[in-house]
Amino acid sequence: MHKEAAIREPLILGHKTYTDITADVCKPIEDKAPKMWYVLFSIALIIGLYGVGCIAYLIGTGIGVWGLNKTIGWAWDITNFVWWVGIGHAGTLISAVLLLFRQKWRMAINRSAEAMTIFAVFMAGIFPLIHMGRLWLAYWVVPLPNQFGSLWVNFNSPLLWDVFAISTYLSVSVVFWYIGLIPDFATLRDRVKRPIPKKMYSILSFGWSGRAKNWNRFEMVSLILAGLATPLVFSVHSIVSFDFATSVIPGWHTTIFPPYFVAGAVFSGFAMVQTLMLVMRKAMRLEAYIHTRHVEYMNIVIMVTGSIVGTAYITELFISWYSGVEYEAYAFINRFSGPYWWAYWSMMTCNVISPQLMWIRPLRRSLLFTFIISIVVNIGMWFERYVIIVSSIHRDYLPSSWSMHYPSHIDLGVYVGTIGLFFVFFLLFARFFPVLPIAELKTILKSSGESYKNATDTHGHDGHADDNHNTNNH
Amino acid sequence: MAEKIIYAMYDDDDVLKDGAKKLVAKGVKVSEVFSPFPIHGIDPIIGVQNTRLGIMAFLYAITGTMLATIAMRYFMITDWPMNIGGKPNNTYLDNILAFIPVTFEFTVLCAAHGMALTYFLRNKILPGLPASNPDPRTTDDRFVMEFRMSENSNFTEEELTSLIQTTGYVELDQKEVK
Repeated sequence: MHKEAAIREPLILGHKTYTDITADVCKPIEDKAPKMWYVLFSIALIIGLYGVGCIAYLIGTGIGVWGLNKTIGWAWDITNFVWWVGIGHAGTLISAVLLLFRQKWRMAINRSAEAMTIFAVFMAGIFPLIHMGRLWLAYWVVPLPNQFGSLWVNFNSPLLWDVFAISTYLSVSVVFWYIGLIPDFATLRDRVKRPIPKKMYSILSFGWSGRAKNWNRFEMVSLILAGLATPLVFSVHSIVSFDFATSVIPGWHTTIFPPYFVAGAVFSGFAMVQTLMLVMRKAMRLEAYIHTRHVEYMNIVIMVTGSIVGTAYITELFISWYSGVEYEAYAFINRFSGPYWWAYWSMMTCNVISPQLMWIRPLRRSLLFTFIISIVVNIGMWFERYVIIVSSIHRDYLPSSWSMHYPSHIDLGVYVGTIGLFFVFFLLFARFFPVLPIAELKTILKSSGESYKNATDTHGHDGHADDNHNTNNH
Repeated sequence: MAEKIIYAMYDDDDVLKDGAKKLVAKGVKVSEVFSPFPIHGIDPIIGVQNTRLGIMAFLYAITGTMLATIAMRYFMITDWPMNIGGKPNNTYLDNILAFIPVTFEFTVLCAAHGMALTYFLRNKILPGLPASNPDPRTTDDRFVMEFRMSENSNFTEEELTSLIQTTGYVELDQKEVK
């Protein structure tokens, strides 16, 4: 067994046993849903359905219903797309990158962060699809043999790379998530008494039996999927940034974009995880598993990635002057002092200043403060995309075509609708799926559980030294 | 011929592992271990070989790389060469940088899904299949070792049971299968 220093804070608080972990995670699924769940679900569903209505109207009428004009041909659609994809980066990062680095604290949050990722990428996917206007022709982005002289999709275009990146990311994330869920569905299958849930979980668990060889393969698959998903996470948002960086628009044409977008994505993704986890741990009584220590670790990630994002903002600004290209310089002067100054300075305040407060230990360990900052960060990250996209194109080379972007109520409805749908999915997940990885948590109970840790302190050594640790625990 | 299977249930993974070590040292064959989570280090004790899924993942990955390369070369160079922003399109190699993102994504796609499918098939887990763990508690907090009498023909049932008795199990069960 892996030894952990006694001075490290335990990851599982209290005197838990294996069966306690099962019971704690399964309880919210087995109990009746609290009233609050129905209230939240109804609100989310109404907002989500309103969004679906707006999308239906958009498809029926055409994308002229958006507040776009001939200067600003891309605004809320791509802003929301990038925002959602960014949020969708935390889950796989937590489960893949932190798995490779053997960070055990990920086990408290990986399952729900991955669920969040998948739902966020769903929401992201809506925007490029509906911005095509004719949704039923969406399959044209796939290189299929066709009757147009066999004209193929353009493999030189980052927009097509995006198609491959987002769909690969979504499907690999789903597989990664589901492979982890199977043993936990088996636990639920063997626990629940009512016939219909039993049948459901029995189908979902694929007949998992927990044989030694199954677990051997499970660990190998998790490790390799993590190894594959890690570069995937970085590639996806790099490619999203190429949508802008490979263009020749001042303000977009920036080589710093890929790392800057990836850091921003992790930043906003972790903020969304914080928002959801802080509510979930309370509502589902999981305080023993997701506690101050986990929140602090996540805040440190937010602080680091926030600093990278801040550095990128300032570098961009500096280079726009240092390049000596007046158009480039103007794009940035216009950003902070033009008509969109309020968006720029909201972005700066939310994304550069607020994460720096996390250097103060009591603040980053305060749950209320974290909750507020997590929301501030997500607002800031939305503004970042809005600033990059709209402020760069609203004043182009021809002053007679300078323009402003005013979102229409459909713009607003679709965006708010995706937030509603996201919460519909997330609430369903929290209601019916094990929100913590039950099997994985049990593997760290003895090394990071509070009562076991205290016991090891007094007895020194637990007598189960594992000679095979180095070769066989992967 | 009916076969007798003995199940020894434990309430701790380390006790099971020590027990397995002890039994294997005496020449007992542990046919299977069922556990609610991976017991690190049990595989070499009971003789479970390390999985070769990693090799398969690599093969799926290079299949993806090859498919993507062949397809893009056909689409962009052979079948309908497009001049996009003056980017060179005489040979695949000229324009390879533009093809790297899709090659990478497709490699990951094939590796991940190929491996996941292989994992499901090799583990014999698919939607709707029945579970085969001997006791529902083995997905909660119980660990079970399975001994098949056919694989332990050196021992009589009594000898085996008395050996198992020294390992600190919590429940002992047996079953006849055809």
